[in-house]
Amino acid sequence: MTSAPVATAPARSVGDSPDRPAGSIRRRQRLRRALTGWAFSAPYTVLFLVFMAVPVVVSLVMSFTDLRSTDLRNPFAVNFVGLDNYTRLFSDDLFLRSSVNTLVFVVIGVPLTIVLALAAATALNSGLLRFRALFRVGFYLPVVTSIVAVAVVWRFLLDPEVGLINNLLRVVGVDGPSWLFDTKLALPSLIVMAAWRNFGFLMVIFLAGLQAIPGELYEAATLDGASRWQQFRNVTLPLLRPTLLFGGVVTGIGYLQFFEEPFVMTQGGPLSSTLSVSYHIYNQFGFGNYGYAAAASYVLFIAIVALSVIQFRFLGDRK
Amino acid sequence: MNAQVRQRDRVAKAVLYAVLTVGLVVVVGPFVWMALSSLKPEGEIRSVPPTWLPETWTLDNFRDLFSRLDFPLFFFNSAFVAVAVTLGNLLFCSLVGYALAKLRYPGKKVLFLAVLGMLMVPGMVTFVPQFVLVSNMGLTNSYAGLILPFLVGPFGVFLMRQFLQSIPDDLIEAARVDGAGEFRIFARVVLPLCRPALATLGILTFLASWNNFLWPLVVASTEDKYTLPVALALYSIGQNRTDFGLLLAGAVVVVVPVLIVFLLLQRHFMRGIATTGLK
Repeated sequence: MTSAPVATAPARSVGDSPDRPAGSIRRRQRLRRALTGWAFSAPYTVLFLVFMAVPVVVSLVMSFTDLRSTDLRNPFAVNFVGLDNYTRLFSDDLFLRSSVNTLVFVVIGVPLTIVLALAAATALNSGLLRFRALFRVGFYLPVVTSIVAVAVVWRFLLDPEVGLINNLLRVVGVDGPSWLFDTKLALPSLIVMAAWRNFGFLMVIFLAGLQAIPGELYEAATLDGASRWQQFRNVTLPLLRPTLLFGGVVTGIGYLQFFEEPFVMTQGGPLSSTLSVSYHIYNQFGFGNYGYAAAASYVLFIAIVALSVIQFRFLGDRK
Repeated sequence: MNAQVRQRDRVAKAVLYAVLTVGLVVVVGPFVWMALSSLKPEGEIRSVPPTWLPETWTLDNFRDLFSRLDFPLFFFNSAFVAVAVTLGNLLFCSLVGYALAKLRYPGKKVLFLAVLGMLMVPGMVTFVPQFVLVSNMGLTNSYAGLILPFLVGPFGVFLMRQFLQSIPDDLIEAARVDGAGEFRIFARVVLPLCRPALATLGILTFLASWNNFLWPLVVASTEDKYTLPVALALYSIGQNRTDFGLLLAGAVVVVVPVLIVFLLLQRHFMRGIATTGLK
């Protein structure tokens, strides 16, 4: 891998400077290759620039202005305000509240999802299991369904008066709490729902990772007298580390942006106990505070990059 | 000794099955409950103790959904947008994926890095400028406004490039020697080989679009452009919020088409997801 560029780099530079006629043919060839490459790339690239790349830059610029929705017809009313939006964010109680909520969602939700996924994947991978396909499809089911539909269903399951969960609790004589209307239980309820919904995705990824571990390693460990648990600790976990890392990063990026769950189930309440950063941004956008919303979205962006870096540091290859 | 080990294995296996079955009930149960409850009259949904099977079967909730609310139109909107987004992604991502995997041209690395980097950018960052852009183009509350920003997801390029790299160069080289033009090679040689990747990308894109929520929520400002999740979410937090039967029927209409697609094509799902995870 590391020696390849050394070997090819000089070869190319020698090949690029032969006598003239060959050089002009080569140049024409190179031009044609460039044209072909960009002919294939242009349709995507144009749309990508317009709808993705430029908005990313515009968002950053916006975050340093006091742009409001009413300024769109009168662009001269917009002023650069430097870092004002950012400093305001960190004295905005709702933003701080939503940051704490989001952090809790990630710090509890990600490990919970990974543990569930790993448990399911390990169980399904433990040889000679019948109905494996059935379990796999079943566990994956919530992943493909609309989060809005899932949230609607869960809101009814968790309804304190007529919800299925409290109804079942009543059957065994327990008075269930009012889950989503309780400031202490609303966020944990959403976290459990998110783990329930998303662990199937990681399970499939972990299963593929487990199946890539050579069986001889387990045979050798068994011969050495290692117990099942020791095999899991010393063979499975280390070899699965890249896959676990990928799962952690992907889930973390997703959970940092959670929005639909509180939107449909709690509207951020009770008393902002389920307000997420994305939801706060959405609200600010709704109030027309575009510059402020853009600044908050960049803080979220930075948090996502930071979280990914931290996970790579702690879980990545230590060399 | 050996018999003891076998006995212990059998117990372990029974425990394993029991735990997995409980898990399955917890995961699939809510969907079963949703489907069955949508067929109950309102009073029975709220009854204590709860019933599993409806005591009175009724289609009233669905009849309401399609007469009182405009669900057929929402269904059409969702389907139309999802099909357009999927076709666009298949076309654009396979074209650029092929270029990134098999052609040599200046700027290719920058393009790929930009696309990769986009995977990390949260939707909220592009959300506000995209909305300003779309409203400046006069496309709010239009199908174009719902479709355009999703034609070029970074994930599709990544997937197609990964897959196309595994196609041997010799095949393409042979077609080139035979004098086929680049687009002919792409259409006749490369695309047919890409069928598995296209299937995976198509399913995942269709699903993401079908379930997409935030963007249609802000772009569709009048009911005639609502997609299913938008309609369901707005009804569930609006004045219908206590109309359980109606909302559960709505959830069924949103979920069931996806479940059918998923159950029919689950092989492609699993493969696509496993390959993106392992690279």
